[in-house]
Amino acid sequence: MSSQRYRLSGGTTIRTDTPLSFTFDGKSYHGYKGDTLASALIAAGVHLIGRSFKYHRPRGIMSAGSEEPNALVRVGTGAYAEPNLKATQVELYDGLIATSQNRFPSLKYDVGSINSVMSQFLPAGFYYKTFMWPASFWMTYEHFIRNAAGLGKVASDPIDPERYEKTHRHCEILIAGGGGAGLMAAYQAALSGQRVMLVDEQAEFGGWLLSDDAVKIDNMPAYDWVREMQSLLSNMDNVTLLPRTTMFGYGDHNYITLAERVTDHLSPRPSHLPRMRLWKVRVAQVILATGCIERPLVFGGNDLPGVMLASAVQSYITQYGALPGSRAIIVTNNDTAYQAALAFQNAGGFVRAIVDTRTTVKGAWVKAAKDAGIDILSGHGLTGAYGIHHVGRVEISPITADGREITGEAVHMDCDLVMMSGGLTPTVHLHSQARGKLVWDEKHLCFKPGATHEAEQSIGACNGSFALSSGLAEAIRAATKAVKSTGGTCTALSVPDVTALRINYAPMAYWKAPSQAGAGQGPKAFVDFQNDVTSADIQLAVREGYQSVEHVKRYTTTGMATDQGKTSNMNALGILADALGHEIPDVGTTTFRMPYTPTSMGMIAGRDIGGLFDAVRLTRMDSWHRAAGAKFEHVGQWMRAWYYRHDGETMEQAVTREVLAARTTAGLLDASTLGKIDVRGKDAATFLDRIYTNKFSSLAVGKCRYGLMLKDDGMVMDDGVTTRLADEHYHMTTTTGGAAGVLDWMEEWLQTEWPELDVFLTSVTEQWSVATLSGPHARAILEAADISVDLSDTAFPFMSMKQGYVSGLPARIFRISFTGELSYEINVPARYGVALWTALMKAGEAFGITPYGTEAMHVLRAEKGFIIVGQETDGTVTPLDLGMNWIVSKKKPDFIGKRALERTSMADPKRKQLVGLRTDNPDDVIPEGAHAVLDPNQPPPIDMLGHVTSSYASPNLGYSIAMALLKGGHKLIGETVWIPMLDGQKPIKAVVTDTVFYDAQGDRLNGTSSS
Amino acid sequence: MVASEIDRGLGGLKDKKKRYSAFALARNAASYHQNWQRAWRNASPKASYDAVIIGGGGHGLATAYYLASVHGVTNIAVIEKGWIGGGNTGRNTTIIRSNYLWDESASIYEHALKLWEGLAQDLNFNIMFSQRGVLTIAHSEHELKEMSRRVHAIRLNGIDSDVMNPAEIKKFVPCINIDQSIRYPVMGGFVQQRGGTARHDAVAWGYARAADDMGVDIIQNCEVTGLRRKGRKIIGIDTNMGFIKTKKVGCVVAGHSSVMAEMAGIHLPLASRPLQALVSEPIKPILDTVIMSNAVHMYISQSDKGEMVLGAGVDKYNSYAQRGSFPVPEHMIAAAVELFPFMSRLRMLRHWGGIVDTCPDASPILSKTDIDGLYFNCGWGTGGFKATPGSGHVFADLIANDRPNNIAAPYALSRFETGFLIDEHGAAGVAH
Ligand SMILES: Cc1cc2nc3c(=O)[nH]c(=O)nc-3n(C[C@H](O)[C@H](O)[C@H](O)COP(=O)(O)OP(=O)(O)OC[C@H]3O[C@@H](n4cnc5c(N)ncnc54)[C@H](O)[C@@H]3O)c2cc1C
Repeated sequence: MSSQRYRLSGGTTIRTDTPLSFTFDGKSYHGYKGDTLASALIAAGVHLIGRSFKYHRPRGIMSAGSEEPNALVRVGTGAYAEPNLKATQVELYDGLIATSQNRFPSLKYDVGSINSVMSQFLPAGFYYKTFMWPASFWMTYEHFIRNAAGLGKVASDPIDPERYEKTHRHCEILIAGGGGAGLMAAYQAALSGQRVMLVDEQAEFGGWLLSDDAVKIDNMPAYDWVREMQSLLSNMDNVTLLPRTTMFGYGDHNYITLAERVTDHLSPRPSHLPRMRLWKVRVAQVILATGCIERPLVFGGNDLPGVMLASAVQSYITQYGALPGSRAIIVTNNDTAYQAALAFQNAGGFVRAIVDTRTTVKGAWVKAAKDAGIDILSGHGLTGAYGIHHVGRVEISPITADGREITGEAVHMDCDLVMMSGGLTPTVHLHSQARGKLVWDEKHLCFKPGATHEAEQSIGACNGSFALSSGLAEAIRAATKAVKSTGGTCTALSVPDVTALRINYAPMAYWKAPSQAGAGQGPKAFVDFQNDVTSADIQLAVREGYQSVEHVKRYTTTGMATDQGKTSNMNALGILADALGHEIPDVGTTTFRMPYTPTSMGMIAGRDIGGLFDAVRLTRMDSWHRAAGAKFEHVGQWMRAWYYRHDGETMEQAVTREVLAARTTAGLLDASTLGKIDVRGKDAATFLDRIYTNKFSSLAVGKCRYGLMLKDDGMVMDDGVTTRLADEHYHMTTTTGGAAGVLDWMEEWLQTEWPELDVFLTSVTEQWSVATLSGPHARAILEAADISVDLSDTAFPFMSMKQGYVSGLPARIFRISFTGELSYEINVPARYGVALWTALMKAGEAFGITPYGTEAMHVLRAEKGFIIVGQETDGTVTPLDLGMNWIVSKKKPDFIGKRALERTSMADPKRKQLVGLRTDNPDDVIPEGAHAVLDPNQPPPIDMLGHVTSSYASPNLGYSIAMALLKGGHKLIGETVWIPMLDGQKPIKAVVTDTVFYDAQGDRLNGTSSS
Repeated sequence: MVASEIDRGLGGLKDKKKRYSAFALARNAASYHQNWQRAWRNASPKASYDAVIIGGGGHGLATAYYLASVHGVTNIAVIEKGWIGGGNTGRNTTIIRSNYLWDESASIYEHALKLWEGLAQDLNFNIMFSQRGVLTIAHSEHELKEMSRRVHAIRLNGIDSDVMNPAEIKKFVPCINIDQSIRYPVMGGFVQQRGGTARHDAVAWGYARAADDMGVDIIQNCEVTGLRRKGRKIIGIDTNMGFIKTKKVGCVVAGHSSVMAEMAGIHLPLASRPLQALVSEPIKPILDTVIMSNAVHMYISQSDKGEMVLGAGVDKYNSYAQRGSFPVPEHMIAAAVELFPFMSRLRMLRHWGGIVDTCPDASPILSKTDIDGLYFNCGWGTGGFKATPGSGHVFADLIANDRPNNIAAPYALSRFETGFLIDEHGAAGVAH
């Protein structure tokens, strides 16, 4: 067990009363509540954390936040493991297990680091230039490349045991970022009584103020002010405070997505809480207070463990009480690092020197450093850092005022920490996600928010206002404005008093340290640390003609690592602009997109997985089917009884039994899933005349008619029986799978093309339970079931509807048939489904009633040559192709698809037409989907006639029947075709027939032929 | 179908100094990579060209390359308003396959696939065409039937396709969840082993470099603002860099095609919609195949960098903004977690959208127009990356000869009048 050798007393977020233990690469360590994994490792003196992506170089901790490029670890084990987490963002909890990544066999001795030795041969884009010979070998090369890449490993047990939730909110004002500016804005806004949300990705609010021990607000230490603001806010009912919450997405119209880490920091994790929560918030006014990120400096060896951002060192000291080294060199092009240097010295570290690239240095912080006895080397640059697994020595050279040339001898100093500062970059990501424009700030050498597109304002450091006092003033202004624009009122607070030394934030333009080595030589100076992109790589890209920012990014992969370029983008732009001889604003930036930081996919999936991935729709009779041993099939979202298997039966035997029963006695089908749409209004008849190919205005009340609807391209889209219930009221049925689409389709026409029509559409699919009784005994069974209507052919003819009672249940009874038998579709209010079903089963018992499933239904209708939309059709089939000319009105002035049916292609003799097939061998059942050909012996590509849409062994006919869509099919009737098999077996021989195989006269519809 | 040998053009680079090889890499390493030649020149427009291609995406650049290398037409320019490859070419999920249902589709995508095979050598640029297989999964009885239909057709067209049952799928893709109790269980699938992925940017760069080598001008940051014609003949284009005279203009501008066509008074039957994609953080290799699923609606592969690359269907509204709505990634991620439970503990790293131009029949347009010398290549919608070499090859042929060859003929604009559509909607589901 290692002690916390580098632990300081204090630390604004550290709770020394709660010690925690954890392991890294199997070794145990200690830390405290309030630590991140990174701060705890620093306190333990551990600096080698991981290996880089391409060269497998040793890497440590560079930052203290979500911008971290280097310190990636895998946290957790087994099913809880998660790769690629930034140690700087992982909150410490007791028992945390972390392991390093992308190394083999160990972090210290990694064979992959051979790439580093070979790096001269692996410049940016090297893979585009080689691995091409021999041509067939790419897959082999690729195998090795893939194994070398990829960073972390996924969980060994793939099933995630944790739960994720989603929640929706509305609020007037949302503030992203709870630093000084964000807290101030939240408090100001909250005074209006409006609903306010304040989110921050850190565990505690305060942002940079947690790390700043030199500033006072209203005469309080900054941290006390933070605590006070927080307690004020948490006592207000209209305020929602969300720490540990990242605003990762900014969608259109202020649709904001937040990722809240609910239990990741707890140990044990309470099971009643989700691991994370996705918030979807619609916000009237957004205030962005997301701060800024310090830029690294680009010099040879800047990636060594022990080379850190100056601000990060200050955070580790002040916020976490962890000292990242004992002898530090500070290198900077601006004032901010001076404060960090003093913090380091005050914490007991020894500052060897501050190396400042600026020729003249002045101001309060410079004086403070001088007063503290710190050596300042102005007009100098750090031109190289050296060490094996940690920085041990640096090279410091005098440089020209523009920082581009070395002017004299270098000096070398040893150290165990380099604190670098290249200036501050406002975190404009969310503003940019919201399609806001960026403007160049020449003074601070950064992009800051310009014109906005959404209702949002940026304040504080993310707006380029780095000084706390101006950030607080902006906060008050922005919040008052936001309140006003959401209809609220509040009085502007006065800006709190800020006491701090004045900082000159303006950095000197110094995108890359000059070097003694020739172009492309010398130690590597990294721009994108994780992806190992160097300044030489960017220059190479430019030489090779990859000159737009996007080309450079894609060619070198800069900015594409898991830190998303937070520390590298500006330096890359600076170097690119230099190489091109352009100004930075002319080079431009790449667009920022969701997510702001990598975001859990488990959380985005939420509970929409497993059983809840998609709704499962069950009919009211479902429990009966299950009890009866039914097998089910998926039909869209529905589960339909497929067939009912009796003990010892095969599927084929069960289906045969069901099919025979429906033709000899009676079958009962659960048809509740058919789409049902209630069509009402003065213009209902006109509307249906336009939707269907045939006429519905001429349909008498109480009568039913089969209808086809086409898409505007003339292709069959859906079919079903529609019944006129009253003059201005129809009951439409659709296919099961097509119901939602048909409703959408009709609504679209109504709302966009024919808004003048007075028609209302209501989906009533789920309002009715439907049982279809079919077969010669259907009438007798209904009579036995106490039906209240006269079933005689004259009183209740085919294609009509009656209302009445069946077994005392109120019902609409439709005399229609999809089997060709005498058939009634009995609709009852949905909740009576089981009652109806059991009543019919009971009444039919003596008559041999047999429930049948969808498979038998398919066979029965195929025997009759009835089509199923989606099986006989696929969006390329017209009514003519189906031989259904009779249903296309020649008289109606118009209907959807009419014009399309007049196109030349419709008369093409090669159109595919629906025909029947009878196999030569009656036992051969052709696989559905197989294709018919005239000559099976051609070499591929073979001329295909078309495919078999339906195919069954017909129990009633005793031979196999099939339907197929064949080119010029109607003319082929009587001809022989061949159907080649996939598995190398002999092609099946068949003869083309008409589609109606059974009872062509339709006698059975009246139940007469059964007697 | 194309039975005959394809004329792949000259192949390689004329300029020996520019050629890439392991040897060149070593030689350049010795000079610290200071002497690499430019991949393409920064050309500025000449006053006139024999032909101008508008749109520096993969299809436009490939068209220029084949015009030069197969047809010897080298006095041409590619005009790109931004940076080459910055449209859908650089935004897609790079699935390549040719296992389409209809003969016309099989013909053009297989033509493209044959060109993909060996393209790295043709261009002397490693475009990383990786034939790792594309597996399409069926999740219902209905889908199994559709799959059977497709496999029969594909095989009779002489294209490779193998059916797999769930156990075989599990063996082929060990990280997939074949638990039969999930909402849409894996019930079967079919794989095209020759299918796979390629590096999208490299395709644009490789074509640009090879075309440039033959004298083609690649002109970036040049936006076409007008198509000039005299009567029914094209005479040139207006751009933000001035007027350029030419008698032949090939428009290959994907999502912006209808806008461009309006410049010539032509109305194209295209709808432009956002299509979104995203990647996870990189992880060590776990998925070596491309997986597509229509029922759960997503497709996924793992890039050489290790990122899981995910896509799904289009957003259901028309738009020119390169962004979509949040429910689409929500759904595709849920689908991914459903099929690949390990995805739950991965994180989304990048997300983006592109504008896809879709025809009513979900098939492209490769066509002459009523205006002499004006040609359109567009409508590739959600699935045109895989067609890039084939599309460029036949479009170059169309422009050079002013008549479509057998492969291009079915894709004429006139099909929307005659009704000879090539409807891949019903056939393909998610068409990538
Ligand atoms: C998210 C997503 C995923 C996809 N996944 C796949 C997939 O897996 N497999 C697949 O095969 N396909 C896929 N696609 C489709 C594929 O990307 C496209 O079909 C294909 O890349 C189109 O190439 P292109 O060259 O025609 O168009 P683009 O690459 O878009 O090129 C058109 C070019 O024209 C330029 N331009 C436009 N207007 C003008 C003007 N006025 N002047 C000058 N230049 C102009 C544009 O800037 C652009 O560079 C996907 C698409 C998206 C968006």
